Amino acid sequence: MEQLASLAPYVLILPLCMFLILGLFGKKMCPKVSGLLGTTVFGVVSVICYYIALKYFFSGEYQIGETYQQVTLFNMEWLRMNQDLVISIGFLLDPLSAIMLIVISTVSLMVHIYSMGYMHGEGGFQRFYAILSLFSFAMLGLVVATNIFQMYIFWELVGVSSFLLISFYYFKHSAVRAAKKAFIVTRFADMFFLIGILILSYYTRTFDFDKLTFITDGHVDAIVNSDLRTMTFLGFPVISIAMFLIFLGGAGKSAMFPLHIWLPDAMEGPTPASALIHAATMVVAGVYLVARLFPIYTFEAPHVLQIISYIGAFTSIFAAIIACAQTDIKRVLAFSTISQIAYMMVALGVSGYGGVNGLGYTASMWHLFTHAMFKALLFMAAGAIIHAVHSNEMDAMGNLRKKLPITHITFLIACLAIAGIPPFSGFFSKDEILVAAFETNKWVFAVEYFVAGLTAFYMFRLYYRIFWFGDPEEGYEHEPHEAPLNMTFPLMFLAAVTVITGISWAFGKVSFTELISSDFTSYEIHTHWNIALPSIGAGVIGILIATFLYLEKTGRPNKAVSYIKKPYLWAYNKFYIDEIYLFVTNNIIFQRICQPIAWFDRHIIDGFMNLLSWVTNKTSQETKEIQSGYVQQYAWVFIMGVITIVLLSLNL
Amino acid sequence: MNIPVESYFILSTLLFFIGVYGFVARKNLISILMSVELILNAANINFVVANRFLFPELLEGHIYSLFVIAIAAAETAVAISIIINVYRQKKNIDAKSINELKY
Repeated sequence: MEQLASLAPYVLILPLCMFLILGLFGKKMCPKVSGLLGTTVFGVVSVICYYIALKYFFSGEYQIGETYQQVTLFNMEWLRMNQDLVISIGFLLDPLSAIMLIVISTVSLMVHIYSMGYMHGEGGFQRFYAILSLFSFAMLGLVVATNIFQMYIFWELVGVSSFLLISFYYFKHSAVRAAKKAFIVTRFADMFFLIGILILSYYTRTFDFDKLTFITDGHVDAIVNSDLRTMTFLGFPVISIAMFLIFLGGAGKSAMFPLHIWLPDAMEGPTPASALIHAATMVVAGVYLVARLFPIYTFEAPHVLQIISYIGAFTSIFAAIIACAQTDIKRVLAFSTISQIAYMMVALGVSGYGGVNGLGYTASMWHLFTHAMFKALLFMAAGAIIHAVHSNEMDAMGNLRKKLPITHITFLIACLAIAGIPPFSGFFSKDEILVAAFETNKWVFAVEYFVAGLTAFYMFRLYYRIFWFGDPEEGYEHEPHEAPLNMTFPLMFLAAVTVITGISWAFGKVSFTELISSDFTSYEIHTHWNIALPSIGAGVIGILIATFLYLEKTGRPNKAVSYIKKPYLWAYNKFYIDEIYLFVTNNIIFQRICQPIAWFDRHIIDGFMNLLSWVTNKTSQETKEIQSGYVQQYAWVFIMGVITIVLLSLNL
Repeated sequence: MNIPVESYFILSTLLFFIGVYGFVARKNLISILMSVELILNAANINFVVANRFLFPELLEGHIYSLFVIAIAAAETAVAISIIINVYRQKKNIDAKSINELKY
């Protein structure tokens, strides 16, 4: 305990120092030095994170019986507003944050290594590493937060670093637009998050997670002891409103419909940043948030949890359909990310509390873990492909399997994992999500089952279009070649993680229900073959359709599209959600609301102020003649004044 | 010969208002300065008369009038030098011509 407590601060301090050093002195270093420095220091942070997480899980010191204890490694007072309102910064260790520490440090370290190759020779190399350090700092701070306000602060910090990384190529107009869009949409959602926090904490009188999620007899103590349980607003319980607002904050970061529009555009950023921020870590912050406050959701606001599962189910199928029609490989992956995160949300939405009821919770967290690994891998592989062919478009690719052998194999492994083919890791986590959904809500299960097949289809469409299908029509500018080792090593490492976690689960070496569960107590599950087999079937069918259409260059894809022309066009245009947003903002908000307000401001408010200044000006213009400069006139006025006063005082 | 005290005050009041009139009405700076002297001397008369009739055994009023005379002399010296400088600038000593210190 003391040992971990003494190590814990370095997890946050080292990346922050790296950000300051690289940010302030980066220009004075040569790029290679700054890259190596950032990577080395982050390597140290990763080692500390691994040490903390492994010690927590396997040393047994933190378990009582089968239950993992929540421990606060340190908690220091940061801002004392008054006697009641204290904001502190600390390090909360429980299975949830431990697993996130592993995810973040692994993916971030891999991205650090990968970027040395991918960003080689780019302008602003040091800046990239500085922001990467800032992001790592913020993300680690977010997951170890001891209180919801610390979480909110780091939440905004990851938002800022995401903004900075999307607009990394700030000279590109589209990148700037994408960065603004991402920032505004997530900020818009964060506003609701903040309102939710304020409502929740105002009534419960605490920010701390350990108090907010402390349960006795199936109720959350902090809520029971406040007015929140009985209060209603517009017919809804206030606690439900507060929790829904908090979820909206998470929905913004996790790109749930209809706040998903920023994520595909965020692909304008450098590919390693997309892999780290917009696939593996930041976008799952919403899932993490719901998981963190899960006891409140499940006991005090079960309806909100239901809404979450419906929103998740809709988002997952919606994004999966769009992913089938996109041609930019990074956009396919972006929509796939949205769909998979929605999967995790669904799992949380259908989960209960405690033991096997909490299967959805466990599955959600493990899907978060496995998805982070294979999606980061997919993005980095996409980066290696873009690096080789200098284009994001599928049409510029094809037949790359011999030219990029390592990328090909690792990409295939990730595709199999995301398609849910055993024994790769994705199969297990996805399967448990389906089981949890099956037991709670058949409709959601049906949607998710269909999405599983759809996922397999669009991932293998992507795979075949890149690695098979035949050479692109224009040919390659120059012969594509495999990326250097510092880019292929992270691919191989993450592929190994995907395979090894899958195999170790397959052979029952590590049961993931032991490590993480809704009440942190381990429980037993059995493989549900009646669900696992059909889900494998759905994956295989998806793959077979993709093989049929895209293995070789034939007229089949065009023919298939001609049958479903309209839906294809809608999906290709992302169901016109962006256009709807533009219409609503430009034609309704700007024209009907903002312009009248602007007119009012310009003419009424400014007009009143201008009137005041005009009156003052005129008055002084007219009266300035009094100060004529003639001494005798002053004397005259003075004497008259004295006489007046004398007469007045005589009257009195 | 017994002059009543009112006549002294009437004299000093007349003197004072002649001075005031001269101060606001005359154009020549020297005349204005002289008007100021009249006002001061009206005050001096008041000092001396009040002292003589109210506290004959004391001397404060006399001493005050001496102070006033001394200060008037100093003031005149300063004023005259200013007037000379004004004359050098403007080639006249008309009060209307020195109105630069305005809005």
